[in-house]
Amino acid sequence: MAHLGPGKAASSKEQAGLRYPSNGKSIYHRPLNRTKTAELSQSSFAYLFSEMVSYAQRRVTGIQELEKRLNLQGHPIGLKLLDLLLTREPPRTQTRPLTIIALLHFIKINLWTHLFGRQADRLEKSSNPDTPDEYMIVDNEPVVNAYISVPREMSQLNCAAFVAGIIEGVCDGAMFPARVTAHTVGGKEEGEMWPGKTVFLVKFQPEVLEREALIGKG
Amino acid sequence: MTPPPAHCILNFNKTVFALIIINKAGGLIYNRTFHEGGLNKISTNDYLVLAGTFHGVHAITARLNPLSPSTTTSHRTSISSTATAPAGGAASAVGGGGGMLTRPEAPSGLEVLETENFRMQCFTTLTGVKFLLFADTTQTNVDLAMRRVYDLYTDYVMKNPFYQLEMPVRCDMFDRKLGSYIREINNR
Repeated sequence: MAHLGPGKAASSKEQAGLRYPSNGKSIYHRPLNRTKTAELSQSSFAYLFSEMVSYAQRRVTGIQELEKRLNLQGHPIGLKLLDLLLTREPPRTQTRPLTIIALLHFIKINLWTHLFGRQADRLEKSSNPDTPDEYMIVDNEPVVNAYISVPREMSQLNCAAFVAGIIEGVCDGAMFPARVTAHTVGGKEEGEMWPGKTVFLVKFQPEVLEREALIGKG
Repeated sequence: MTPPPAHCILNFNKTVFALIIINKAGGLIYNRTFHEGGLNKISTNDYLVLAGTFHGVHAITARLNPLSPSTTTSHRTSISSTATAPAGGAASAVGGGGGMLTRPEAPSGLEVLETENFRMQCFTTLTGVKFLLFADTTQTNVDLAMRRVYDLYTDYVMKNPFYQLEMPVRCDMFDRKLGSYIREINNR
């Protein structure tokens, strides 16, 4: 990095492989945004997301389809973020998560901190013995829903389906194929404390659990 | 006029009674009472009439408002320069005349109405939406409260993908945040 040779000969030699700076950090280790805290304007995000929801709302017939579209918008982001976040890990822990718990912790801590600047609020396993493949990530007030009031006739809708899509992308990318959905639970059990409380229900495919069981034995 | 009820006397000098939002066509899009007993109840139809009537009166008072001579002349010159010269020329002419200052301020219509028991403050946004805040005559810092209400409107109504412009405001989040803000003022 320090000295570039003069003329074409040197640069063609350099092109043979990726050049790494001496401290081992590439452009992938730094955010594009060079401000001190690397924060973005929440207002501009809110307007962008609002338009994304309006866009997804066009030509859909039902709420399920709308959520599906939001989910699809998030999915590629999750796939890419998995790679990016793992690259940014220190070299020793740069492996993808290998167990369900490790994966969910990665999502709860790394992914959430990267996207929203804080961890997710809780991680739970389904207590129902019939559904051992279901896990829950709880966010008390999702950033994407900060300014959104869902009309009464669409009360099942939760626009955090977009974030669910991101989670699904991360799970799929880490070879833990899953279906992730977002559900509003605020105002039911814990009263008015967190009216926007959202549960992301992660339902893994049967083969994931099968593999997990085999790893457990070994 | 009937005397205010007892609980109103207890904290009588710091109260915001009600909020009305009128869209740019003069339609009532939001109407909420915060303090029972501060104002007499009128029917929804009367509120609609009030909104429409105020809208008309506001428009006429805005026309009544004279432009000050200095702003009138600069207004004329800027118009003539845009009419004759291409865009570049107009920009330089405006820039030479002191930039933003040459543009006359939009005439604002009726801003405050006062009765024996309440004062009605009106705030018009740049897009023509009107906020009417009914408060006690001794309520201070109504401008500040109005500003905050406008902030809440821009956040929880305008950033909501399910809100359609010019239509009645039905946003839970807006109701909730507005309620807690006004409660905070009224209990201070």
